[in-house]
Amino acid sequence: MSDPHAFFILASYAITALTCLGLIAWVVLDHRRQRAVIADLEARGVTRRSGRSS
Amino acid sequence: MALLDLANPTRFLALVQRALPWLALATAVLFAAAVHFAFFVAPDDYQQGGTVRIMFIHVPAAWLSMACYAMMALASLGTLVWRHPLADVSAKAAAPIGAAFTFVCLATGSLWGRPMWGTWWIWDARLTSELVLLIMYLGLIALWRSVDDPGRAGRAAAVLTLVGTINLPIIKFSVDWWNTLHQPASVIRLGGPTIHASILTPLIVSALAFTALFVTLHLAAMRNEVLRRRVRAMRLMEAQREMPPAGAQAAAGAG
Repeated sequence: MSDPHAFFILASYAITALTCLGLIAWVVLDHRRQRAVIADLEARGVTRRSGRSS
Repeated sequence: MALLDLANPTRFLALVQRALPWLALATAVLFAAAVHFAFFVAPDDYQQGGTVRIMFIHVPAAWLSMACYAMMALASLGTLVWRHPLADVSAKAAAPIGAAFTFVCLATGSLWGRPMWGTWWIWDARLTSELVLLIMYLGLIALWRSVDDPGRAGRAAAVLTLVGTINLPIIKFSVDWWNTLHQPASVIRLGGPTIHASILTPLIVSALAFTALFVTLHLAAMRNEVLRRRVRAMRLMEAQREMPPAGAQAAAGAG
């Protein structure tokens, strides 16, 4: 990019991309963590009331 | 599907499971189009040169920072008035996403301001009220984290969120009410947009991409919050199961 303000433009896009990727990573990792904890609790015999009735 | 049907978290999780892959695909396609428009279609601005490309991320981030808060305010009404079980989940899941968009808005605004205004930051009404919005998001996140009971935390956060809505018209109209370096509204205004179509089209495509990302992340974060509350309920049940019955405790104490 030959624009005299290329640093400001690319830095803006880089910060935005990093923030969006951070949000995506947070959501994906949090989902995995919650799933893993639920699987662990179920393996120990803990079930939800609604889970038992279904 | 009625709104009431979504009050069932299990039904909500099933719906999200089906919708997320398509939403993620739509987001990726829209972002690819947005980057293409921004770097290969949109011309340089006659005054701002290439820095106009910062607008394609700064403005959608600013719109979503406010739209996300407005949605949290509606969800807060759902918590306090209708006690919809997913309203509080929705508000809590949206807060970090809104905070992230507000941060992007402030950071890209600063990077745009340095070459155009000659300064990274100025304490004028628009910039300061947007910074207040970020602080409000962070405060709400801290409140949710500091109260253990999700119900109590949700009601307290709902009241605080509704009080904070006073900041939204201040952000929107600050450029009209006070002197500021920030330009006045040029897209969402009564007389219609003042931006040329060659710049407006990439901006709209980018706004659609950011909105799709917000919807995708919000639904995914809501799903995680429902699971987190499920984990909490299961842990409470496990703790109750491991505790001896009250009668047995009393008998043990007497013996």
